[in-house]
Amino acid sequence: MIVVVATPIQNLAAYLGFFIILLILIKLSELPYRTVFLRSLVEIPFVLFALLMPFFGTGAKIKFLGLELYEAGLWAGAGIVAKGTIGVITAIILSGSTSARDILSGLEKLRVPAPLVSIATFMLRYLNVINDELGRMKIARESRGFEERGLKSWRILAQTVGALFIRSYERGERVYLAMLSRGFAGAMPKLSEEKPTNWLLALVLPLIALTISLSTGALL
Amino acid sequence: MNSIPSLRINNLAYAYPDGHQALFGVNLELKKGEKVALLGPNGAGKTTLILHLNGIIATQQGSVSVGGTLVDAKNKESLRHIRERVGIVFQDPDDQLFMPTVAEDVAFGPYNSGLRGSDLEKVTEDALAKVGMLEFKDRPPHHLSFGQRRRVAVATVLAMNPEILVLDEPSSNLDPASRRELAEILKSLDITILMVTHDLPYALELCERSVILSGGVIAADAKTSELFANQELLSEHRLELPFGFRL
Repeated sequence: MIVVVATPIQNLAAYLGFFIILLILIKLSELPYRTVFLRSLVEIPFVLFALLMPFFGTGAKIKFLGLELYEAGLWAGAGIVAKGTIGVITAIILSGSTSARDILSGLEKLRVPAPLVSIATFMLRYLNVINDELGRMKIARESRGFEERGLKSWRILAQTVGALFIRSYERGERVYLAMLSRGFAGAMPKLSEEKPTNWLLALVLPLIALTISLSTGALL
Repeated sequence: MNSIPSLRINNLAYAYPDGHQALFGVNLELKKGEKVALLGPNGAGKTTLILHLNGIIATQQGSVSVGGTLVDAKNKESLRHIRERVGIVFQDPDDQLFMPTVAEDVAFGPYNSGLRGSDLEKVTEDALAKVGMLEFKDRPPHHLSFGQRRRVAVATVLAMNPEILVLDEPSSNLDPASRRELAEILKSLDITILMVTHDLPYALELCERSVILSGGVIAADAKTSELFANQELLSEHRLELPFGFRL
């Protein structure tokens, strides 16, 4: 990712290479292209912003289809689209091919601070529980004739969020009691056994990207 | 037979910080291997009593000892020891199961007592096997049924090899088959059990002896079958046998 960001957008050949790597990765991870494409649509707001960039700016202008565009803005916009797309697709491949648990143990191996990993672990465990609770509250509301409509219903919805917060807070306390009861003393168990990590394998991808970037032009 | 009782509670009294007094001098003794039901109406102080057993609530007056060791909430070292010996299964399994997978959750307690590697794995698998959940060990708890989660919750404390197993409403929200399966598991365990319940037939099935906690004191302590035969005593403490149930 760092390699991609550090490669100037003018180096078009390198970007072609990056996209080819991504296509190979999607193939290897056995994700359907369609899924990857649909999920990558979250990027659209940023693309719209990038499309506006050539219209604002200073410096040299070029003519294109009768429009006067700023050259610097054009490159910057193209850079956002290309780098953004690569980032989004990489994230989609990671989340599509790796279970949430493996991502957590990966964070742990990358020496992300333990409290952050713990918070993410609890979030993963309780997201469903809290979501179910929210669903039950919705059913309870609607069973008693509540309609989610108009400004007036916001008051009720805000109260629901408040109630959910209190319930989750109390659940947090009960979970903590259960943890204490089983001898919790401040440190969560490691999610993964300490094994010599296969750094070489993990480095293959950035190395290929770096090679492409260097062989087609200098960095920065 | 070991003569040291698994649990001895002496004249335990407790008032909440807001002044509400929950316990007014509770006396209770459980012999090793005994299975006892703790009955009582809502608000009788059952949960407060349970939280004293492993020092989550600090003793204000009186004393609690587990296997001869005094529960002292101020002594961190002894508290760790106590929490290994008192296994509490809370009512909502979602509170008890907080790790990403079943096996990791069962391993949480033994990990905290210092087990690692293959020892940890063995203890975890033994505990899961005892509740018949070994094949689910790599599943996230969210994907299990309520009854299965309750069984895993029991395994999480069994993994710590406790002196006494404390169950808070073990049969609540279980379908009849899950309720029976859990009963079979509890019967198969050779361990002291204190079981808080409103489910009187469950108490009769599993526990030779029952005590009634009412108004913050032990109001009755007898053989379960004798206790249940005393209609007057039961209704005095808001306890009722289910409709159609005959002793």
